[in-house]
Amino acid sequence: MVEHGDIRVVHRGGSKINSREPVISSDSRLLLCASGECVKVFSTSTEECIHDLRGHTGLVTGVLLRPSNHLQAYSCSADGTVRLWDFTDGILIKVHLPPPPPHPVFAAHPNTAHLYIVSAKGLQLEVYFFKKQKFSLKENNKKGRKNTFTCVASHPQDDCIATGHEDGKIRLWRNFSHKKEYTYSTLHWHHSVVSSLCFTPEGTNLLSGGVESVLVQWRYNQESQKDFLPRLGAAITHIVVSPDGALFCTSHSDNKITIIQSCVKVSAIIQGLVKGESLSTDLMVDPRSKAMVLNGKPGHLQFYSLQRDKLLFNLDIVQQEYIHQSGLQQFEVVKAAFTASGNWLASVEERKQKDAELELNLKLWMFDEQSQSFVLNTTISAPHEARITAMCFCQSTDSQTTMLVSTSKDGHFKAWQLATPAHTEDDGPSWSCDFVGAYHSLVPECCTFSADGSLLAVSFQEVVTVWSPSSWELLTTLSQPPGAIRDLCFGKLSCSKYLVGTTANNLLCCWNLLTCALEWSTSMNTSLLLADPLSENMAAFCPQAGFTDLFVFKPNEPRPLYSHKAVCSGNVTRAVFAPREEMLDSCEESSQWLNHSQLYFLTQCMVNPTNTKLSKLVIDDSIAMTPFHLLLGKHRGQQQQQESGQDSLSAERTPLPQGSAAIKEVSSSFLHV
Amino acid sequence: MGEFKVHRVRFFEYMPSPIRAMAFNSRTDRLAVARGDGAVEIFNFADNYFQEKVIPGQDSRAVEALCWVGQRLFSAGLNGEITEYDLENLRPKYTVMAYGGPAWTLSMSTECFLCQVGCEDGTVKMFEILEERIQFQRNHDRQKGRIISLSWHPSGTHIAAGMMGMIRIFETETGSPANKEVVVWSVAFLSDHTVISGDSAGKVQVWDGFTGTLIKTHLITKWDVLALSDQSSLVAGTSEGTVTQFQFLPLIVGQQDKEWVRTRTFKNHSHDVRALAHTETAVVSGGMDTQLVVQPLLDRVEKNTQESALRKIAFPHRSLVCCAKKSGLLLFQFPEHLELWRLGESDGHGKPGDSLPVRKKPEKLIHLKRKGEDHICCSALSPCGGWLAYTTVSSVRLYRLQYNNNSISIKKLPKLPKELCSAHQLCFSSDSSKLFASSKHSSVIVVALGQSECKYLHTLKPKSGYGTTEQPVHLLFVSEDSKWLAAANTGCEIHIYNLNKLKLHCTVPVYSSCPTAIAIHPVTSNLVTVHANQQIFEYSLAQKEYTEWSRKLQKQGLHNLWLERDTPITHISFNPNNQAHIILHDMFMLCIIDQSLPLPDRKTLLYNQMTLRSVPESERLRHSHAFKICKNFQHLLCVSTLEDQALVVVERPLLDIMSQLPAPVRQKKFAT
Repeated sequence: MVEHGDIRVVHRGGSKINSREPVISSDSRLLLCASGECVKVFSTSTEECIHDLRGHTGLVTGVLLRPSNHLQAYSCSADGTVRLWDFTDGILIKVHLPPPPPHPVFAAHPNTAHLYIVSAKGLQLEVYFFKKQKFSLKENNKKGRKNTFTCVASHPQDDCIATGHEDGKIRLWRNFSHKKEYTYSTLHWHHSVVSSLCFTPEGTNLLSGGVESVLVQWRYNQESQKDFLPRLGAAITHIVVSPDGALFCTSHSDNKITIIQSCVKVSAIIQGLVKGESLSTDLMVDPRSKAMVLNGKPGHLQFYSLQRDKLLFNLDIVQQEYIHQSGLQQFEVVKAAFTASGNWLASVEERKQKDAELELNLKLWMFDEQSQSFVLNTTISAPHEARITAMCFCQSTDSQTTMLVSTSKDGHFKAWQLATPAHTEDDGPSWSCDFVGAYHSLVPECCTFSADGSLLAVSFQEVVTVWSPSSWELLTTLSQPPGAIRDLCFGKLSCSKYLVGTTANNLLCCWNLLTCALEWSTSMNTSLLLADPLSENMAAFCPQAGFTDLFVFKPNEPRPLYSHKAVCSGNVTRAVFAPREEMLDSCEESSQWLNHSQLYFLTQCMVNPTNTKLSKLVIDDSIAMTPFHLLLGKHRGQQQQQESGQDSLSAERTPLPQGSAAIKEVSSSFLHV
Repeated sequence: MGEFKVHRVRFFEYMPSPIRAMAFNSRTDRLAVARGDGAVEIFNFADNYFQEKVIPGQDSRAVEALCWVGQRLFSAGLNGEITEYDLENLRPKYTVMAYGGPAWTLSMSTECFLCQVGCEDGTVKMFEILEERIQFQRNHDRQKGRIISLSWHPSGTHIAAGMMGMIRIFETETGSPANKEVVVWSVAFLSDHTVISGDSAGKVQVWDGFTGTLIKTHLITKWDVLALSDQSSLVAGTSEGTVTQFQFLPLIVGQQDKEWVRTRTFKNHSHDVRALAHTETAVVSGGMDTQLVVQPLLDRVEKNTQESALRKIAFPHRSLVCCAKKSGLLLFQFPEHLELWRLGESDGHGKPGDSLPVRKKPEKLIHLKRKGEDHICCSALSPCGGWLAYTTVSSVRLYRLQYNNNSISIKKLPKLPKELCSAHQLCFSSDSSKLFASSKHSSVIVVALGQSECKYLHTLKPKSGYGTTEQPVHLLFVSEDSKWLAAANTGCEIHIYNLNKLKLHCTVPVYSSCPTAIAIHPVTSNLVTVHANQQIFEYSLAQKEYTEWSRKLQKQGLHNLWLERDTPITHISFNPNNQAHIILHDMFMLCIIDQSLPLPDRKTLLYNQMTLRSVPESERLRHSHAFKICKNFQHLLCVSTLEDQALVVVERPLLDIMSQLPAPVRQKKFAT
């Protein structure tokens, strides 16, 4: 039998694989890249991840092949260690601890053939000779020129340094051993910043890339001849060439690594979780493929396998050419929703240009069994006059008609229904507006259907209205001022008579719909509330002084089933319950809620990586984490939390600055009714 | 600053001629530039790029190539002639027919005093350079196409010739095949027997001169590579207006293997670059857009110095406009003709900065075409407007103008004194009774003007044995009272003649930089001189010494911003109402120096007119200094005072010149 262990948070993946330049093994078969706290080893031919080299406790900041043994690689990390790996077998060989103080360690690429190191920062280019004095040179940005250095590469044989600049120019510096007689030539093709440069091993070609997402290959010394590999999908951030020159490898800003056979064709694409400018859609689970769905590269929805930490495919929502240029406002997918069966997908895309009207499109997609993909069924242009705030499908599986409700800042909510056209030709059914509702010209924020589809709850600032979707009759209004409603959830299964909402004013309320009265409420600042579709459980994330606490409860009782202090640092903005493939039967009260589903959440955390100067908030790679059962029952004893609720252990374990009293207060306040 | 009524003249349709050829003499630091109309200009690079001499053009002369041999300057042109120039008298010395059709190129060997001319008929003709002339020696084997370019090997044993589709090296013959018709516009023969060619396919190619094999090809443009010039590095000009530099660099620092690597690209021209010169520190280029550009190579000069600034020479450094102060007439000089204009009139009054309504429009009175083949080199109008004179290298012409209400009559004086056969500079006395003409050996001929005749009076000569006084006079100035005549020559000497006694009064101490403008103050009789290095002097003619103000100015030094200006002062005049005011101008600004005000020191703001305007009236005097600079008028050709407190400002906006140029090769611009 399965021995039940404790619940803990596990980093599941979705890390950035494009933060550092990858390394290709000398036989060109394997690709190593730093991914969060581990180093991933991919096959260059099959795109599969072969090993996860785990061991670092901080962000990996560099990977380098060992020069004396090409089957081994060093990695360095922000935790202050350098580790030596056998990457073909995935074995840690050695841990080097650099002498204290443990500064973050970075990889540097000395040009061993010519005994110098080049560094470029801002407007300064410096060449450190091993034997002589350093050479340094300062550019200026006068007269609106954008000469800032953005990248640097040195020629493997000749004394030639290539630098990329902010204005898209590439300069080739020569004769830099003397202070004055240095000289340079300029290559110009890129229209925006050159973000990466790389010489091929023989030095015959120079590769460059940038925002244009075109790989440019310049012939060294015959710079008027150049080759292009266009349409690589996203801005190029790093370029690497395999030691034998056969493979090029480009990292892209959409967390992708492309493997290219000598500038001719793309042979493999390793795609991580795409994190665009902002995560505007919720995290969703596609009921069919069980893949997590969120907006990914511009204009697309990505389907991401949680089990394999791999992008399955991108669904092109916008179906327009994306222009690779910074500063352009283009269509973005902002909302998406699935029906419970997964037959229908609704998506909202919008484009807001300065001084122009908002462009909105609501699209409805039907799953096509034959092609096993979503096919566009209806496009509703300008479904609302202002931004859509929420959208949901009627969740009942047995109802005859499918219904979609969207709420918008224009003060209306609209119900859309699939209808067969009156003059039936060969057109299939399409979607049309069924009802437009409003309430005292307030702005609707959230909407949700009850589990059986008989009730629709729409929140208008601090008022919750409950409607009957069959007759479009306003049944009741619930209100718990002050504070606008932030999230609304109907209870499921045995708790389906309850409606739970959170307000902006640190209140979690539970209404009983039979009595139309407040059942209980508790004062807690909840940033996110979500319901498990397969059980009665609900999860609430509460930010607390730089950390986030997780509470799991059932609406019928005001007592948390499970609580976890400080599941992560920073705020949790998106989370999702993903159904398990096979159900567990745990009997422990605290872990029962994970029997049906796993809870995944995305974090933003404060990273203080690399150099100490960068201490701003960085949106880290999405570290999706699962609390899950340790099947082998490793007891982590005192470190892990065994019981639910308000024990003193949790306060002891989490070194929260506020001290234990505050936490006790939060937990005990849960008991108020 | 004083108030003036300004005649803003923009009807002088001056059009410079495109640059066709260039030759730099590193020994004397002089650059010779040949223009499309056949004129040859000499710039002194050691003296702040001052345009020292101008040899006027001729109708039939179209210079295609220029060449220095020591101090001697030769040219070859499409008229098939080789010309040597007399740089002292600013005229062609002699011409020799090459008898091969139009001559495309000229190349001199400095080693063995030979010169070769590449001709239309495919021959390369060799001339021997003798002391006083050149003599035909022999023909090389006749080739099929015309010879476009020639370059000597520095040893003088071989010569490379570029023609249609091939390069030929004479005495070690080798050829290069070409698939399509390619014109080798230029070749350079380097001392290590490398031949570098620029061709119409846009390629710069490096050849091994011994074996005739191609070492390297650089494709630098879609259009023609028109000019090549070499020094320690090589520059190539293209018809896109770019100049590309190539450098012979070691591939690995410290090793011997070197290669020609394309390095910098400059884009300073809008049209074809037809001529290039490579000096020690800079690349000089010129072409169809008529501007001469000196682009310093930043690895050869100190950064942030005057030498490291890009310099564009657009206007000639001599006067093309003559203003008759008393009668309000303007004389414009073109190579082909003269134009006489009467200024407009206005009786309006207005605030400073207003433009007044014009009562009478400016009117073109005379369009005088020159006679003969030679171009006009100098012209003058008497202050009363009654006399007009111009000169070419071969003759002087003098006209009497008479105005009867609205009609004007012009009469050429039939007989001129035989002494007055040619002149470099012309000048009338302020009472229009005398004409001064500078002539050979820095002498000045004085001619008295009667009602309808003229009479030779005297020849003023500097003292002989006074150094190198063979240089031509380029500036003449007669004082208001007609007592003094100042004559400056390109040897930097300024001679002062007493016209009452008709003899040399004194010679101003010779300054190292060439004077660009001179004038004698009407009241104090002080001579004001401005030099190519922007220095200003005031010399008292009575005391024969520099004045107190001049000494103070030299002691304190001029403001850095003043010294950094890159165009010379070309005119000096005086404010008739305030004798402390000296009015100067260069191409970009008009300056009034008030000698009664304190001089600016290094820290004061030189261009302070805007700040002065913002401070209250009472404090203005405390903030103001002697240099009052006005930049309202740009691209100035002439600024002159009239008698009625009016100022004539002749502008020629560079945009107007640009708009008259032929269309450049079409280039696709990004995002258009």
